[in-house]
Amino acid sequence: MTTAIRVEHVSKRYRIGSAPQKFRYGMLRDQIMDTLSAPIRAIRSLGRDIPKDTPNYIWALRDVSFDVQEGQVLGIIGRNGAGKSTLLKVLSRVTEPTEGEITLRGRVGSLLEVGTGFHPELTGRENIYLNGAVLGMKRSEIESKFDEIVAFSEVEQFIDTPVKRYSSGMYLRLAFAVAAHLEPEILVVDEVLAVGDAEFQRKCLGKMGDVAQQGRTVLFVSHNMSAILRLTQEAIVIEKGRLTKRAPTVEAVDYYLSSGHASAGERFWDEDEIPANAGPFRPVALRLRDPRGKVVDTLRSTEPTMLEMEYQLSAPITGLRVGLYLNTVRGEFVLTSFDTDSPEKFEKFSSRTPGRYLSRCRIPADFLNEGRYAIGVNASSFGVRRYFQDEQALAFNVDATGAPGMQWPEQRLGPIRPLLDWEIEQIG
Amino acid sequence: MAEIAVTQKMEVPVVVIRPSRGLAALNLRDLWVYRELIFFMIWRDLKVRYKQTMLGAAWAVIQPVMTMLVFNFIFGSVAKLPTDGIPYPIFSYTALLPWGLFTTALNSASRSLTSNNNMITKIYFPRLVLPLASVMAGLVDFAIAFVILIGMMFYYHIVPTTAIWTLPAFLLLALITALGVALWLSAINVKYRDVGYALPFLTNFWLFITPVAYSAKVISDKWQLIYSLNPMAGVVTGFRWALLGTQIPSGTTLAVSACISLLVLVSGLFYFRNMERTFADTI
Repeated sequence: MTTAIRVEHVSKRYRIGSAPQKFRYGMLRDQIMDTLSAPIRAIRSLGRDIPKDTPNYIWALRDVSFDVQEGQVLGIIGRNGAGKSTLLKVLSRVTEPTEGEITLRGRVGSLLEVGTGFHPELTGRENIYLNGAVLGMKRSEIESKFDEIVAFSEVEQFIDTPVKRYSSGMYLRLAFAVAAHLEPEILVVDEVLAVGDAEFQRKCLGKMGDVAQQGRTVLFVSHNMSAILRLTQEAIVIEKGRLTKRAPTVEAVDYYLSSGHASAGERFWDEDEIPANAGPFRPVALRLRDPRGKVVDTLRSTEPTMLEMEYQLSAPITGLRVGLYLNTVRGEFVLTSFDTDSPEKFEKFSSRTPGRYLSRCRIPADFLNEGRYAIGVNASSFGVRRYFQDEQALAFNVDATGAPGMQWPEQRLGPIRPLLDWEIEQIG
Repeated sequence: MAEIAVTQKMEVPVVVIRPSRGLAALNLRDLWVYRELIFFMIWRDLKVRYKQTMLGAAWAVIQPVMTMLVFNFIFGSVAKLPTDGIPYPIFSYTALLPWGLFTTALNSASRSLTSNNNMITKIYFPRLVLPLASVMAGLVDFAIAFVILIGMMFYYHIVPTTAIWTLPAFLLLALITALGVALWLSAINVKYRDVGYALPFLTNFWLFITPVAYSAKVISDKWQLIYSLNPMAGVVTGFRWALLGTQIPSGTTLAVSACISLLVLVSGLFYFRNMERTFADTI
């Protein structure tokens, strides 16, 4: 086995404020003013001990080292802003590392964003040629794959129409089709699977699988843990610019999901967030805990999760019910539930004395589908009065790794994903 | 099949990425590898240039012809500038051709990096491809406008001398000058968008110090050397000589023009290559 990619002690530094932001470019005037005022500043700071203004830098990558063997498919996992995209940009030579060295054996094809170099005025056909050339394909290569690309993109009928007349779905399909037919030795892929409808996504995943089987080296970045698990055997985890874990994918995903989220997954209410008329009811905190008792903001659908609401009563309340609304972040209602739903609890807590309380409920395993959800909180006495309500108290993610039906690479519709008790019987 | 695969493996290029220190090498071989991309970028520029316009490629003719008419009225009829015995319309049009090529190339190449910033931040390719392709794309407009000149030569019964064979050399000089200046400006433009505002002013100013509307002969001899520091002066004088048979530009003028434009080109290449490493971060 030969090493296709060797990354040694790579660091990348950005200047905060100017570098990664698009809309702030230096004006020559500022530079001139800065130069002109420099002597004045120098004189002023002579007498006093003023620290010299040092520009703020951030290290997007810090001392990252790893190798990838030829033919390996390596997953890269990390939260937004962890440095994944910077790593890919350095690998695909878009930007230079500040320190360190990378050795690449083979051409690198990068799918950092599909459709780069597409021109709206050109037709689909013309853009295939142009985009192919931009991505480093030879003209003869594009010609030989032209029909395949068109067939893959499913836009045959519109191939001689300017792409500005395309729907966004058609545009993305065509762009992905060109990119997917690149044949470099090393392929760098960033989140391209987020394009198109479920059917097209399935096709893209299939294509990615083919690429891997042809023995090409692939680096695959995605927030979609199930895609990472399906396509890669090994993965690295990047946190705050550092490589913190390299392990078989299952283990790496596990590590990623169970680390670094302690600060989130918890909501406190400050005094000024509580309306004055909440009266005797005062919310304290809402937390999500995994089975090990840790506060998490990403829960795994294969594990039960505890949701707890802490609150204070300054006077006795009769008929109080504390409950939650569960919504997807797209606003679909999933469920409503109260702590005194069951008749026994309803009897037992018909009146609550002053004090501090914790109402806890268990979200069972194999219940929610993958996605992002929001919890709303409600405390009321039915038909009497509503003490407190916060419809967007806390958001959390559900990771469906290992959930029912994950053997098929497709998106499941609907917010719940239970493991139903199926029976299969041959009856004839 | 297996053998082919092995030989292909043998040819796998090895790339080492490390932070560049000091003066970057020009590494023009990289540009050769990407020659097809240059071709495609030129082709894209041409395809797109007159899209959704009513007059289309006629604009390539309208611009120099209208300028010629205005010049003819002001400098030919009103100011009656000396033209070495050549009718003023063809005298100015011959100069407007290389001048138009130069300004079009300079303008589009200087903005080529910022207008393609999505490509620069997403994929790797030698960034030189962009200004180079922009400069070359200007040649097509030049060719279209040149057809009018041929018509005018018939009309005025001007037969080109054998010196016409030197025309490509002057054309090349104009392109080199445009590319050289554009390399500087496009790289500066990545960081300082002031270039966009300075460009129209720069080309206007440059027009005054180039013998487009007037003859280079009106410049007194003692200023000729300084005057020829502007490579476009050499280009325009050379065009008139090659096509209209006016007085041959002096050897010193040509040598100075050529040296200056080469100097600008080479320094521009080095500057561009050195700034290139931070393009994706600063654009």
